[in-house]
Amino acid sequence: MSVQTTNYTVSEIRSPASFITSRVFIYGALVFWAFICLFPIYWTITTSFKSAVDVTQGHLIPFVDFQPDWKGWRSLGLSPDSIFQTSTVRDEFFKRFMNSVITSVGASSLAIIIGSLAAYGLTRYRYKFAWFKNEDISFFFLSQLILPPVVLALPFLVLYREVGLLDTRIGLILLYTLMVLPIVIWIMRDQFNSIPVELEEAALVDGLSIWGAFFRIVMPIALPGMVAAFILAMVLCWNEYFFAALLTSTDAKTIPVMVASQTGSQGINWWSMAALATAAIAPLAVIGIALERYLIMGMTAGAVK
Amino acid sequence: MADQTSTANQWPADAAPYDLISPARKRLGWALMAAATLGLLATILVQILYKSEVDTVGFETWRPVVYAYVLWGVALGIGQVLTRGEDGQRALFLLPALLFTIAMVIFPTLFGFYIALTDWNLSSFSGRKFNGLDNFWQMVGDPYYRNALFNMVLYVLAVLVEYVIAFGLALLLNAQIRARKFFRVVFLMPLMLSPVAVSWMVGKSLMEYRFGPAATLARHLGWDNPAFFSDPIIARISIMVLDAWTFIPFMMIMLLAGLQAMSREVLEAARVDGATAWQTFWQVTFPLMLPVSVTAVVLRIIFKLKLADIIITVTSGGPGGATDSVSSFIYREYRDRSNVGYGTMLAMAYLVIIVVFVTWLLKLANRFVRNVN
Repeated sequence: MSVQTTNYTVSEIRSPASFITSRVFIYGALVFWAFICLFPIYWTITTSFKSAVDVTQGHLIPFVDFQPDWKGWRSLGLSPDSIFQTSTVRDEFFKRFMNSVITSVGASSLAIIIGSLAAYGLTRYRYKFAWFKNEDISFFFLSQLILPPVVLALPFLVLYREVGLLDTRIGLILLYTLMVLPIVIWIMRDQFNSIPVELEEAALVDGLSIWGAFFRIVMPIALPGMVAAFILAMVLCWNEYFFAALLTSTDAKTIPVMVASQTGSQGINWWSMAALATAAIAPLAVIGIALERYLIMGMTAGAVK
Repeated sequence: MADQTSTANQWPADAAPYDLISPARKRLGWALMAAATLGLLATILVQILYKSEVDTVGFETWRPVVYAYVLWGVALGIGQVLTRGEDGQRALFLLPALLFTIAMVIFPTLFGFYIALTDWNLSSFSGRKFNGLDNFWQMVGDPYYRNALFNMVLYVLAVLVEYVIAFGLALLLNAQIRARKFFRVVFLMPLMLSPVAVSWMVGKSLMEYRFGPAATLARHLGWDNPAFFSDPIIARISIMVLDAWTFIPFMMIMLLAGLQAMSREVLEAARVDGATAWQTFWQVTFPLMLPVSVTAVVLRIIFKLKLADIIITVTSGGPGGATDSVSSFIYREYRDRSNVGYGTMLAMAYLVIIVVFVTWLLKLANRFVRNVN
C-alpha cells in the first residue's frame, strides 16, 4: 500500500492565519502521539542502564540526570565486560530467544505453505466436500479467528500431555500455525483474487500441469503478499504469551514467558528486567522499521475494496 | 470422507484427456486409501485397548496415533490424485489446511465439551470423574466469572474510544504533512512490540506508585494519590489504556488505507459546494468510511475478546478480581487450582457467548452499512 501525497487545495482558500493555526495543531498532535508511542520504549531502554537509585528517583535523561551504567546488561551477561565470560543467565536467555525464533519462524512458514495452497484452491476452483461449498469452507477457515485461545488451551494441555507434545517446540508450532492460519488465508485469498486467471490458462495451454502453473506462474507474482502474511504471522507468534505460558515449562519456554516470570523473591530488578524487555522487543522493532511496507500491506488486505 | 470436486467452469473443457484414468490406477488409489484408513483405525483401536488395559501391546503415549493420522492424510492425498486425476490434484490444494484445522480444532473442541462435564483436578490423584452439569451450576453461581463477563463488556465498549482516537490519527496521517513515513512508522511501533514486555515496563514501572514517571506527572497535574492499579475502576481504565496503546495502530492503519482509497473528486465537489471542513467530514468522509470503519471495529472487537496477557502480567486480575477478563480468569483457575474441568466449562460457556455475540455483531454491522449507504 503506497501513500500518495495528498494535494489539498483547502490551504489555498483559507487565510494565512488559520493556515498556520491548523499547521500548529496538526504537528502538535502528531508530535504528542509520537511521544506517547515512543516514551515507553525510551523508558524501557534507558532503565536498562540505570542503577536502583536512578530508577526509584525517576531520573529520565542519561548523562544529565544519571550516569548510564551497563548494570542491566551485565546481569544478562550481555554487557561489554561480561560478554566473554560464561554466564548462565545469558545461556538461558539465548535458549529462550532461539525457542522464540524457531517457533515463530516455523509456525509462520507452515501457515504460509498450507494457507497459500488453501487460499489458491479456494479462489480458483469450485469444491464440494459433502454439503460444504467454497463459501462454507472459507467461512470455516476464517471463523477460526474468533476462537479465543482460552477455549483450546485446556483441552490442548490435556491432549498434548497424552501425545507427549507438552513443553515441546513442535507443540507450540502446531498451535501457532492454527492461530495465524485464518489471517494468512484471508491475506492470500485477497492476493490470488487480484491475479488474473488468464495467466494460468495460458500456462496450462503451454503444457504446464495445475501445480506447475501454481509454482512457476502464480507464486512469483503472489510473493509480496506471501512476505506480508509471513511478517504479520511472525509478529503475532513472537508476541504470543497465553499458550506459551500454559503449555511450556522448561524446554520450550519462549521470550515473553521468560519476561513475565522475572519477579524475584526480593522484589524486582528493574535494570535486568528492562534489559530483558529491550532484548525481547528489539527484533520486532527492527522488523517494524525495515519492513513496515509489508506489514501495512498485510493489515489492509481485504479491508478496502 | 465423501468429497467430489466438480470441474470449474472457468477452466477449458479440453482438459478432458488428462482425466482418462486406467481402472488399474483407480483400484490402486482406492486400495491405498482403504489400507491407510484401516491402519489409522487399527492404531487407534490398539491404543485404546492398551490404555484401558485390555491389551498388553501398545505405545507409551498417543503420539503414534498422530503419526498415523499424518500418514493417513498423505495416503488420502495420493489416493485422490490416483483415483480422480486432475480433480484430485485440485483437491490437493485444500486438503492439508483442511485436515490440519479439523484435527486441531474440531477434535479438541469436542474433547473440551466432554472435559467441561467432568470433575477433574490435575493436582489431585482421584483423576477424572463425570459429574454432569455440576460445573455449569457452579459457574452460574460464580460471582467472579460474572464479574469477568461484565468486564469484557466494558473492555469491548472501550473499543469505541479507541476507534475515535484511531480515526483522528488516520486523519492526521492523511493530511498534507511532512515526514509522513516517519510518523507512520512511529505510530505503528506499539503494535509490533510484545504486549507482555511492554506492559511489564509500562504497567509495573512507568505507572509505579512511588517513582514511575506517569505517577509523577499525575501528581504534578493535581492527582494526590496516583495509584493506577488499586482502585477497581481506575485499574480497569489503566488496563484499557495499556491495551489501547498496543492496538490503536491496528485500526489506524486500516482507516488510513480507507482514507487513501477514497476518491479525491468527492471531496473536491464538497469543497466547491462551499462545505466547511467540519461539514465535509460528517457529510462525506465519515459515511464513505463506514464500511472500512465497521470492518476495523469488528476485527478489533474480535481481538479484544481474547484479551489476557496484559492482565495476567500486570494485575493478575487484581485488585480482588476487578480487572479480570474471562481468559485471564480461566488462566488463573488453572494455574492456581489446576481445576481443568471447571476451567473448561467456563471456557466453553465463553465460546458459546462469543459465537452468539459475534454472529449478532456481524448481522448488525451488515444492516448498519446497508442502511447508511
